[in-house]
Amino acid sequence: MSDDAVKMPPALDGVGGWLDDRFHGAKGVRVLMRKVFPDHWSFMLGEIALWSFVILLLTGTYLALFFQPSMADVVYHGSYTKLDGITMSQAYESTLNISFDIRGGLLMRQIHHWAAIMFMVAIMAHMIRVFFTGAYRKPREINWLIGIGLFTLGMIEGLFGYSLPDDQLSGAGLRILFGVFEGIPIVGTYLMFFLFGGQFPGTDIIPRMYILHVFLIPGLILALVTAHLFIMFHQKHTQMPMLGNTEKNVVGQPFWPYFLLKGQAWFFFIFGTLVVLATFAQINPIWLYGPYTPLAISSASQPDFYMGILEGALRMMPSWEINFLGHTLSLSVLIPGLGIIGLFFTLAGLWPFFEQWATGDKSFHHINDRPRNAPVRTGVGVGVICWYLILLLEGANDVIADRFDIPLYTVTWIARVAFFVVPVGAYFVTKRICLALQRKDANMLVHGVEIGIIRQLPDGEFIEEERPVTAEERAVLEAKHVFKPLPTEDQVDENGVPAPAARGPLGYARKLANRAFTETVAIPDHGDGHGAVEGNGHGEIEGGEHAAIGGSQEEQQ
Amino acid sequence: MSETPEEPTGPRRVIGTPSPAPKAVDTPTEPGQAVAFSAEPEDTRHAKNAERVVAVLFIIAFFAGCGFIAAYVGLEVGISTIPKGANPVVAALRSNLALGTALSVALLALGTGSMIWVRHLTPNIEIAEERHDLRSEPEDRKAFKREFAEGAAISQVTRRPLVRRTLLLATAPLALAPLVLLRDLGPLPQTDLRYTVWKKGLRAVTLGGLRPLRPADISTPGSMITVIPEGYQDDQDALAKAGVILIKFAPGELHIPTNHDGGTLVSTMNWTIDNIVAYSKICTHVGCPVALYEQTTHHILCPCHQSTFDAANGANVIFGPAARALPQLPLMLTSEGYLAAASDFTQPVGPSFWERG
Repeated sequence: MSDDAVKMPPALDGVGGWLDDRFHGAKGVRVLMRKVFPDHWSFMLGEIALWSFVILLLTGTYLALFFQPSMADVVYHGSYTKLDGITMSQAYESTLNISFDIRGGLLMRQIHHWAAIMFMVAIMAHMIRVFFTGAYRKPREINWLIGIGLFTLGMIEGLFGYSLPDDQLSGAGLRILFGVFEGIPIVGTYLMFFLFGGQFPGTDIIPRMYILHVFLIPGLILALVTAHLFIMFHQKHTQMPMLGNTEKNVVGQPFWPYFLLKGQAWFFFIFGTLVVLATFAQINPIWLYGPYTPLAISSASQPDFYMGILEGALRMMPSWEINFLGHTLSLSVLIPGLGIIGLFFTLAGLWPFFEQWATGDKSFHHINDRPRNAPVRTGVGVGVICWYLILLLEGANDVIADRFDIPLYTVTWIARVAFFVVPVGAYFVTKRICLALQRKDANMLVHGVEIGIIRQLPDGEFIEEERPVTAEERAVLEAKHVFKPLPTEDQVDENGVPAPAARGPLGYARKLANRAFTETVAIPDHGDGHGAVEGNGHGEIEGGEHAAIGGSQEEQQ
Repeated sequence: MSETPEEPTGPRRVIGTPSPAPKAVDTPTEPGQAVAFSAEPEDTRHAKNAERVVAVLFIIAFFAGCGFIAAYVGLEVGISTIPKGANPVVAALRSNLALGTALSVALLALGTGSMIWVRHLTPNIEIAEERHDLRSEPEDRKAFKREFAEGAAISQVTRRPLVRRTLLLATAPLALAPLVLLRDLGPLPQTDLRYTVWKKGLRAVTLGGLRPLRPADISTPGSMITVIPEGYQDDQDALAKAGVILIKFAPGELHIPTNHDGGTLVSTMNWTIDNIVAYSKICTHVGCPVALYEQTTHHILCPCHQSTFDAANGANVIFGPAARALPQLPLMLTSEGYLAAASDFTQPVGPSFWERG
């Protein structure tokens, strides 16, 4: 580019020089400006969560200017005349005032609430993306764990947030929270008496949740988000398998100006979408619920969707309780209320390490997997998603029963059975689909791409025209990580001693896991697809494939 | 007509493979090397059009932003500011609609403009950056280890265990101090969860009207009435445990099984008055108020998690996650003939907890 076109404006030049005199920044900032951001739509999901969080901070600060986190009783005489003369807490009254007496207050409340939901949706979508592409693998395990921490904090932050207005619906949620936690052995009642400042509901919980909601938890989220971004920045992005992308480079567009422009556009789109929702889609109309009183409740009381799996688990659980030695162990509350979510986060946190253990793969990964090339992971992911959706839907079992005219208990029984059956079925089906897709890829490498034109040869035979795969397609199709099987017990050393990894129950478990993880369809190794393999390509690929698949199936039997 | 078919090229894109986008102009990233790309667009006409569209969108955003301010100034909300007789809810919703629409248009126009800008005005350039090993060089690791060990040795922390251990000892209580400070967040549970405010002779009044009830007031079998202890209508802590439902049965329909109470069989049939039975309204699952009653089946349903209790049969659980029957409140008649508690509940109401027994 000619030097004229890239001249620094004198004013900026002066400021830049002034700053550089003091911070020695030219070299470092230049590196930042050229930071590469690989381009793929799914890399934008985490960014939705980031921008949603920024919007949450902005709108939340505004709301805090007007909200009164107090449970002191007041008699309402405000704009919402249907509640005129009703005794309510200051928290509820000030939320009514934000909604009806402050211009833009309702809009800010609704943006804040929609942004919270967007934040959690984006976190989940981002987590699913990272999981299915294997982007959590070495060296990014810590960032995966930070992400799970953010997910957890987001749930708690959201729960506290929608509980603050002290309306009927959120009060019922707090009652359930108290009821679940007081069931914890030994410490449960103490924990709840300390949190609530005594018995439910007391007068302390709103101000306490307020300071947690506006200071402590957002501070933790901000710190973790910063760590998440810095680690990502330092380790550089993963990238999709494509021509030119290797484990040794990052290909994409530089931060300055591309990512800045795109980030700007993305921020405005997300903010705009949230404002559209806040304007046209009513959320949490607390004035319709009324202030909290302990003896009122309505049916179809559902929490925000991210707490839905807890609600579903509570509804699904049969009535198990153990009484022994003068103590009560309330399994019908503890298992769904704390066990399910604890299990989910624990297993998610352990997964990267489990995968390393099962595959023996300790290498660095900067190129993402295509989901089909990791059938076990993809199967497990789909299974967990099914499991999550069943719990979520069961959380609305009364609404489902009502809308679809199915008896309520039948809905619950279907969910109870599906909870165990569907994820397992989904795992096996998904794994088979992945292997079938791998087979398709392998075939494509050998035969090329069918182009939909049928020709009749002079001797009468019909053939479908094919073209060889392009270099770009080949790069994607061949990007598959094939694991070597771990030493199995058949593989003994010269003294007849089995390999150490295959000994004992743990070794046996590892062998089983390893067998599942190593099941794959071999990639044919030869030059350019179409022409070279006209005659024997077919047999070759089928044979190799059967060796790979058949071998592992025999072992399984 | 014999027309030569167009040379087949196949699908333009195989699903699952990247679109054949113009790809990486690889530019050097090492300092000192010139960057070889041009800010001039390939198609100036196209770029000119894109520029106009972007500018129009930004102007729309400008006007929408002005509209936001106008809506703020022009549309009043709140009962004290709007004209007398106007509906404050309508005013609030109207303000929300105007402000929200203006802000939506402004933000989406800015977003769309920015997107067109980056996609149609900036040249599509990709660069490749080299990825360095994250693991440090072996000599760096070695040097680090050595320097760390040296520092530790100089600090004497490795050589003087007495200092090290007493330091740890000194910090232990201080680390506990923040936890200790949390003790006064609330009282200890003690026996608070075991008892409610019900006591002998305390009358039951209706939740809405605070009206005491005679048995004759609940004349029709099959209805469920929520009652609270008289005088506690403003005590939320008391109400959260002491809510009670009264259900009137037709003669012969109510069968309360005998319970084991401390090893002896007791029947609580005599806790009812005139086929009216009183159960705790607080669900034994996680404490929601049980609110739905189906009079043909005598089922009491908790709307939160659908625990279902058989009111005709001691409020035993017949479906759902609750593990225990709703506790029954002994009823008596006061000298004036009003329904009252004969005592407190004989077992804790509400969700299970460890000390419950």
